[in-house]
Amino acid sequence: MLLGKTLTQLKELIKKREITPVEVKEYFLKRINKFNSSLNVFLTLNDVDEVPESRGAFVGLPIAVKDNHCTKGVRTTASAKVLDNFIPPYDSTVTKRLKYENAFLIGKTNMDAWAHGSSTETSDYGATKNPWDLTRSPGGSSGGSSAAVSAYLAPAAIGSETAGSIRQPASWTGVVGLKPTYGRVPRYGVIAMGSSLDCPGPLTLNVEDAAYILSVIAGHDIHDATSSPLPTEDYVTEIKKKKPFTIGISDDYFEGLDKDVATALEKSIEVFKKLGFKTKKIKLLSPNYAISVYTIIQRAEVSSNLARYDGIRYGKDRTFFGDEAKRRIMLGTYTLSYGYYDAFYKKAQKVRTLIIQDFKRAFQDVDFVIGTPTPITALKLGEFSKYPFFGELMDKFNEPGSMAGIPGISIPIGLDSNGLPIGMQLMGNYFRESDVLNAAYQFEQETDYFGVIKKGIERYKD
Amino acid sequence: MKQYKPVIGLEIHVELKTESGMFCQCKINQFTSLPNSHVCPVCLGLPGALPVPNKKAIEWTIKIAQALNCTINKHTKFDRKHYSYPDLPKGYQISQYDEPIAINGHLDFEANYGTNKNESKSFRIHRVHLEEDTGKLIHKGDDTLIDFNRSGTPLVEIVTEPDFSSSTDVKMFLEELHTIIRYLDVSDADMEKGTMRMEPNISVRVTSNDQISNSKQEPISKFQLPNYKVEVKNINSFNFVKRAIDYEVKRHIELLEQGKTPPQETRGWDSDHNKTYSQRTKEAAHDYRYFPDPDIPPFEFSDEYIESIRKTLVELPHTKMYRYIEILKLKPMDAYILTRDKNTTKKFEIAISNNLITKNNISPQTVANIFINKIGKQLPSKTDKAIVEEIFSLHKLKQDLSNFLNPEEVCEKVIQNNPNVVSDYKNGKQNAIMFLVGQVMREMKGKADASVVIAKLKSQISKIHLKSQN
Repeated sequence: MLLGKTLTQLKELIKKREITPVEVKEYFLKRINKFNSSLNVFLTLNDVDEVPESRGAFVGLPIAVKDNHCTKGVRTTASAKVLDNFIPPYDSTVTKRLKYENAFLIGKTNMDAWAHGSSTETSDYGATKNPWDLTRSPGGSSGGSSAAVSAYLAPAAIGSETAGSIRQPASWTGVVGLKPTYGRVPRYGVIAMGSSLDCPGPLTLNVEDAAYILSVIAGHDIHDATSSPLPTEDYVTEIKKKKPFTIGISDDYFEGLDKDVATALEKSIEVFKKLGFKTKKIKLLSPNYAISVYTIIQRAEVSSNLARYDGIRYGKDRTFFGDEAKRRIMLGTYTLSYGYYDAFYKKAQKVRTLIIQDFKRAFQDVDFVIGTPTPITALKLGEFSKYPFFGELMDKFNEPGSMAGIPGISIPIGLDSNGLPIGMQLMGNYFRESDVLNAAYQFEQETDYFGVIKKGIERYKD
Repeated sequence: MKQYKPVIGLEIHVELKTESGMFCQCKINQFTSLPNSHVCPVCLGLPGALPVPNKKAIEWTIKIAQALNCTINKHTKFDRKHYSYPDLPKGYQISQYDEPIAINGHLDFEANYGTNKNESKSFRIHRVHLEEDTGKLIHKGDDTLIDFNRSGTPLVEIVTEPDFSSSTDVKMFLEELHTIIRYLDVSDADMEKGTMRMEPNISVRVTSNDQISNSKQEPISKFQLPNYKVEVKNINSFNFVKRAIDYEVKRHIELLEQGKTPPQETRGWDSDHNKTYSQRTKEAAHDYRYFPDPDIPPFEFSDEYIESIRKTLVELPHTKMYRYIEILKLKPMDAYILTRDKNTTKKFEIAISNNLITKNNISPQTVANIFINKIGKQLPSKTDKAIVEEIFSLHKLKQDLSNFLNPEEVCEKVIQNNPNVVSDYKNGKQNAIMFLVGQVMREMKGKADASVVIAKLKSQISKIHLKSQN
C-alpha cells in the first residue's frame, strides 16, 4: 500500500490519519532490514530520536541523511574511520530545520569517505550497490542517499554536492537530485570538503518533494557567513505555475556522451519544445577548464579542512585516513605551499572568476543550460580506482556550475540499452531554484520520467 | 671603529574583551570557569562547524588602529594559517595575511614629560590585524591537558616597524600602548592573565663609529636590517621585556665580536634566572600555507563605517594630558601622572566640575594634588560623591588650618627662631627678609598674602631694634 508513495503523498496519508508516523517508520525499517545488507545504504539507523507524532510540516516523515551531516546524538562518520566513534553534540542546520518541522531522520547514508569520490567506493565502510544492478556503483559521493530513494528505503534523502555529488548519483540511480545555489542551503554542521563549493540538497522521487524539502532547508543561517540573506520562495507553489522558458544549448556540454545518453537528451529537448520552451544555441567556456580549476581549489580546501583530524581528538589517528584522503591532502598541501600558491590556487581562483562571468553572460539570454550530469550511465564497481582523477573527469559537466555556484537539477529521462537510468540536468541562474524546479516539474508532468522511477522501485517489492 | 646598534621590533597581542568569541557565540570567560566549560562546536573546531566573524571585534580592532594613526584597509579578509599544535583545534588559525584590517600607523608620545629629560618619541606601526586565540595547554606530570575556554577569543596583533634601538624606548612605548588600549576600553590588557602578550624581535647591527653621529633615532630606510633576528616569546611584563632585550643585545654583541652571526631562532624568557633560552630554530622554514578562509566572505568597509567608528574614539591620554596642562593649568608632571589611568581621569573630571568644588573655588591643581597624594591609591573603592566630599574636607581643613593661625603670631615665632637672619637684615642685608617670608609662608601652608607678611615682619623687627637700643 505504501510502496513508492512520495513524501507529499505520505504526508497526506498521515494527515488523513490513514497511517501513523510510527507505522511509516516501521514500514521503512522493515524494508531497510530486508534490503540494506545487499545494498549497503545505511551506516547508522536513528535509534535515538522518537518519531514525532505532533503536527508540523513534516509530521514524522522519514528522511535519510547523508552521513556528512552532523546529527545530534546520532553517530556521524562521513564514511571515514577517523570519525568511527564520533557522536556529534549538535545538529547541522539542515537536520535541525527538518527536525523542527518534525521530520524523522531515519538513518545516515553511506558516501565516499569525506565525500572524496563519485562512486561511494572510497567509503571506509564498503561501497553502496546500485539498486538497478548490484555489480554497479550508485555514483557518489551521495550514492547512499540516491540508492536509498531509488530502492525506496526512504521516501526522500538529503545529500550534498561539491561538484556533482547529488546530480551524478541521482542520474545513475534514476531519481531527482537538486543542487541548490551555493549559499542557498546552509553548510553549518556539514563536514566540510570543499568549503567554497559544498551545497546540501535533496534527492527525491519527484520534483514536488524536492521543492518541499528545499522550502524547509533553504534560507539564511546565522551560523554560516556564506549563507545567503536573500529571501526564499514558496517553491511548492512556484513549480505549479506554467512558465515559458528558454533553454540554452552549448555544444561543449554534448561532447563525448555515450550514444544512449545523447539520444535520450535529444529526445528530452524535443519534450521541452513540445511544452513550449524555446531553445537557443550558446557558447560557454569549455567544461575542460573547470576540471583543473576545480581540482586545485577543492584539494586545497580539503587539505585545510582535514587538518583538524590530528589524532588528538575523535579517537583515531591519521593512519586511519584512506588512500584517497591522503592523496588529496598531499596535492592540496602542495598547491598551497609557499612559492606555489600564486601558480596554482590564485590562478585557479582567477579562472573561476571567468567561469562565473561566463555563466552570468549566458543567463542574460537563456534561463537554463541543458546537459547531463554524467556522460555515461552507471559504471561497474571497481572501474573508478583504475584511473586517477576519474571522478573529476566523470563530473566535468557539473564542475563549471559548481565552481560558479549556480543551481542544477538532475532528472531521469530514460534507460540505456543495459536498462540503466540516464539523467538530464538543467542548470539555472543564481537563486533561480524555483525556475529550475518549475521546468523539471513541467517535464515530469509531461513524461512521468518515462516510468523510470517507478521501474526502479518495483524491483524492490515489500 | 666598530659600533653595535640594537634593532628591535615588537609584536603585541591583545585579547579583546568582547562578550562573545571571535567566530562563535561562546561567552568569553576563561579565567573564572572550569576548563572546557565555555566551548561550542565552533571554538572546538568540531567537524562541520563554521566561523561567523564578530562585528564588535572588527570594530574594536579598527578603533585600536585609529588610535595608532593607521590607515584602515577598506578591503580586508580572513585567512587560514596552518600549523599543527594540540591547542589549535582546527589545524589552522583564522588570522589575516596580506590584507590586514590596518597598516602604516605611528604612536607618538612624550618621554619623561615634565622633566628635563623630556623627549618626543615616534614609532611606526607596521600593521594591526585580528585573529582568534588558541586553547591553553596545561602540563600536569606526564600528562598534557587542553583547555579550550580561551580558544576563539578575539586577539588583536599589533606589529611595529623595527624602529627601536633601546630597551628603555621599548618599555616606554609598551607602557604608552597599554595606557591607550585601556583607554579604549576594548581589553583588560592584563599581563598577569596573558590578555596582553609581548614578543620583541631583536637583532644587532654593526656600524662604523662615524655613521652614528648622535644618539638620535635613524630612519629605518637609512640602513640595512641585519640578516637574522631573534624572537623572544610570551613575555608578561614590561620590565621582563626590557631585561630580555638587554640580555639578548649583550649576547648578540658577544657573538658578533667573535665574528659569528647569532642564529635566527625563537627564544623563551626565564624570569627566575633573568635570561632567555632557545626554543626552536629555523623559523624562516615555516610554511603556514595561508589562503583566504572560504568560510568567511571578504569585507568591504565604507568610508561612513570607518568614520562612524572614529567618532567613538575617546580622548586619548596624550591629548588629555595637553588639555590638562593648557586648559586646567596643571603642572605637566601632575597632568602626566593623572592621565596614566582612564578611571582616574574620569573621577578627576567629575570632581573638578562638581558644584561643591567649583563654588568653593578649589582649583583643578588643588584637586590634582589631593588626587595624586591622597586618593589615587584607593580610587576603585570610592564613589564619586565620596571623592568630592573628601577633597572638600581636605581642602577645608587646610583652609581652617591657615585661618586658625594668626599671621602676627607666626611672624613672631619665625623671628624668634631665626635671630641670625634677623641680625643680618638689621645689618643691611635687605634680602634676608625674604628668607623669613618664606618661613612664614611655609608655616601657613601658603595661605597668606606675601606683602602683608613682609609688612608685619618689618614692623616687628623694627620693634626689636628699638628694644635693644633702649
